[in-house]
Amino acid sequence: MGIVKVRKNYHQARWDEPMIMEMSTPGVRGIIPPEPEAEIVDAVGDVAGKLPASVRRKTPPALPEVDQKRVLSHFLHLSQETLGSNLNPDLSQGTCTMKYNPRVNEDLVMDPRFAYVHPWQDDETMQGILHMYWTFEQILKEVSGMDRFTLQPGGGAHAVFTAASIIRAYWRDRGELEQRNEVVTTMFSHPCDAASPHTAGFKIVTLMPKEDGYPDLDALKAVVGPHTAAVHITNPEDTGIYNPLIDKFVEVVHDAGGICFNDQANGNVLLGIARTRDAGFDLCHFNVHKTFSSPHGGSGPGTGAMGCRDEFSKYLPYPTVEKDEKTGKYYLDYDRPESVGKIKAFLGSAGVVFRAYAWCVMMGPDGLRETAEMSALNNNYLMSMVEKIKGISHPYAEGHRRLEECRWSWEQLTQETGVGTDDILRRVGDFGMQHYWSSHHPWVVPEPMTLEPCETFSIEDLEEYAQVLEIVAREAYEDPETVKNAPHKCSAHKRAAEEELDDPAKWATTWKAYQRKHGKK
Amino acid sequence: MAEAEVYPYIPNSVPEVKQKMLDTIGIESVEDIYKEIPDHLRFKRRLDTPGPIRSEYALRRHCEELLDDGADCRRYIGFLGGGIYDHFCPSVVTTIMERDEFLTSYVGDAYADHGKWQAQFEYASCMAELLEMDMVNTPTYDWGMASATAIRMAGRIAGRDHALYAGNISPDRLSCMKNYAWSAVPTFTEVAIDEKSGLVDLADLKAKLDDTVAVFYFETPSFLGGIETQCAEIVKAVHDAGAQVAVGVDPMSLGVLEAPGVYGADIAVGDIQGLGVPMQCGGGAGGFVATQDEPKYTGEVPSLLFGLTPTIVEGEYGFGEVFFERTSYASREKAKDFLGTMAQLHGIGAGVYLSLMGPQGMVEIGEGIMQRSAYLAGQLDALPGVSAPKLSAPFFKEFVVDFGGTGKTVAEINKALLEKKIFGGKDLSTMCPDLGQSALYCVTEVHTKSDLDCLVAALKEIL
Repeated sequence: MGIVKVRKNYHQARWDEPMIMEMSTPGVRGIIPPEPEAEIVDAVGDVAGKLPASVRRKTPPALPEVDQKRVLSHFLHLSQETLGSNLNPDLSQGTCTMKYNPRVNEDLVMDPRFAYVHPWQDDETMQGILHMYWTFEQILKEVSGMDRFTLQPGGGAHAVFTAASIIRAYWRDRGELEQRNEVVTTMFSHPCDAASPHTAGFKIVTLMPKEDGYPDLDALKAVVGPHTAAVHITNPEDTGIYNPLIDKFVEVVHDAGGICFNDQANGNVLLGIARTRDAGFDLCHFNVHKTFSSPHGGSGPGTGAMGCRDEFSKYLPYPTVEKDEKTGKYYLDYDRPESVGKIKAFLGSAGVVFRAYAWCVMMGPDGLRETAEMSALNNNYLMSMVEKIKGISHPYAEGHRRLEECRWSWEQLTQETGVGTDDILRRVGDFGMQHYWSSHHPWVVPEPMTLEPCETFSIEDLEEYAQVLEIVAREAYEDPETVKNAPHKCSAHKRAAEEELDDPAKWATTWKAYQRKHGKK
Repeated sequence: MAEAEVYPYIPNSVPEVKQKMLDTIGIESVEDIYKEIPDHLRFKRRLDTPGPIRSEYALRRHCEELLDDGADCRRYIGFLGGGIYDHFCPSVVTTIMERDEFLTSYVGDAYADHGKWQAQFEYASCMAELLEMDMVNTPTYDWGMASATAIRMAGRIAGRDHALYAGNISPDRLSCMKNYAWSAVPTFTEVAIDEKSGLVDLADLKAKLDDTVAVFYFETPSFLGGIETQCAEIVKAVHDAGAQVAVGVDPMSLGVLEAPGVYGADIAVGDIQGLGVPMQCGGGAGGFVATQDEPKYTGEVPSLLFGLTPTIVEGEYGFGEVFFERTSYASREKAKDFLGTMAQLHGIGAGVYLSLMGPQGMVEIGEGIMQRSAYLAGQLDALPGVSAPKLSAPFFKEFVVDFGGTGKTVAEINKALLEKKIFGGKDLSTMCPDLGQSALYCVTEVHTKSDLDCLVAALKEIL
């Protein structure tokens, strides 16, 4: 085993970087755009100058005027003030599956043969890319048991919205949309399982967990009926607890005539282990930027691969990727009259799909299963260390194991020290680790912390992480102010005026607004 | 357990390490964890998926062979646009976008991820200057989603449920908007387009504006390329009816075309892909939504908004979430629409691009594009049976070419062009049948005179 090094002397880059707008000097240039040839200019003259005055811009945009090297330095500095998951044991961001994003895949997507493909090119000139789309769909079908997938949605919440759009089209076709206007979800499913169907037009019924943390089958039975359009549910939920009655949940909804959608944002632990179709689900989705290794990009681009049974496939967004079995050629099928339409432009995030394809074929079938198994093992190994820390607990499901993640509670530590999870997560950043993610709102688990040590993390990473949590917990008891005022070694210090971010007179999402509200610098 | 293969991406796949972990946990095998899943729900056979390709080299070879089975706009000359554009991607932009620090970050707070928050804030700030609007969201999926978001925002702001849209907008965006907006704005009515100019028929707009209308959405340049010359009249008519003006714009055009904030649009939307993000077969898309920073607008935005805020250290810039309660991360179904992983990396790239370009760069690139596209249109118009531009409005980088007089279909022409390693303009004959055998051509700064002349020469041979 390699060294377990707690980075006590860590310090993140702190460049005290000005705004790029503040670096501006009139007349300085960062890049020269390609100029049209003299023959073109001679032939057509000043075309923009001939525009009607009403559409011609009068004042050039007040963009920064900075030389190229300083633009590069500035953004390199900002990058150094950002802790990407490839730089640290980022098991911090639970539910996000921060697995390794292989460098080779970046070289592949930056290849001009991919980077400069226009999605409207003739299908004949995109056979390689369409092969990846088609093959990745077959892989998803195999790991889920579903009949078709669309790779168009741009993220998980978008896939959940796509599912809700399809469910809406299904009920509309049956003339039952007015009646079947409710979607049921659980509090430990992602907020998008409520927000996305609501955006699609459904009323939302949210079930609270039972006292033992498991989803409540009796509560489900009490709310489903002739108004139920669908249930949108995660399993394992964001607590890491697998609902062993999941097929009973599906049965109850089906008996009431409803449709069952499985949000598989937490699907990493199930690859080759269990398939959503076998639990009876009608639709599902995977977060390709989580389970299938594509980088998160600071929050996108991503892909929410949404799958369904045959019965729903006619509603999938257009175009679909098809294979002509006779010729072996791939083609895009736009002729889908019952499609819900466009969900995302063109084919969605093709770069994300490319990376996922590359990762899947590299792993192979046994590698996919190894991925799942190691994510379960890593989580339980980490838990065996973290549960010994003073002041922490993992509520619910006594005597049962969590699968790929765990929602912890610092409630006892907070009661005993006054230090809360928001303080601890800031302090963790002082040891060269990403601030962990607490939980979505509302916090059902008090003072929550959600950790997901997926297969990427080494035993050394896990031990380092557990030791850092132990150190910070001890600090909370012995020197709470250090934790409350953290971070101390990150690129920026603690915010001093959180309330201003909710004050329209003070908030500013752009420099222009900041100068207007706070006075020109 | 799967057989004892050691995977470079799975460090603990080493059998001895695994055993140590099992011993520490106090279980025999990983099956003791998977007991949580009832046996009848377990998948009992081996997955049937391709691979493994064990070595990185072999993977590269495999993927590169797949990429060889195709063509792209470097090996070929391309004239396709319609929402994804072949603009030049400066090395500084791709270098920054490919930094692991940004690329592999996610939702960390603005301490360890301070730089990402600042880069996003600067992106929004640059866009604000370009648009003359001082609230800009963190990027959403694409232009279609951005315009759909604008429709829902306008519905809430106006308290009405009917959208008017110009008949010259992208059909794909319209499809996306209708699906997304349905629960809030179920009714969409098309405003006619003047047949000759291709611009909004102002009389038809005025006739259709009434007290049910929440919003009028138009694009300039439109999907068909025309620059709308009646923006002030449109804004006045729509505001007089108590409705909101939402406009889709091409940021690349805003060095030469008037900013939407100046002519009084309420919500501006569009795509940032052209700002230095490679096309990636359409994957480079990223949508922006901008308004003036007034609570009635900012309060309706569903996206994350990154705000500049002080820290406990005097003079240090900090960042935080503006009005987080709006979002579904905070308020689930009570939020404004929904929020999720969208397209932040492309925002960072676009911010770098605009920082490099500066005001002069954006003016020059816009002027140069217009010169190239005007040149090509002139050359094409001189071909027998070809009319370019088909529509009389001024245009920026896209324009409709009518091949109706050649006796050949666009499909036939494009097939012949493909053989000459040219991607002809988008065939509009199915998408916009009213335009007959027409194609949408797109010219940008990547096209040299030789590229344009090559197309013209090829068409001379084909037609």
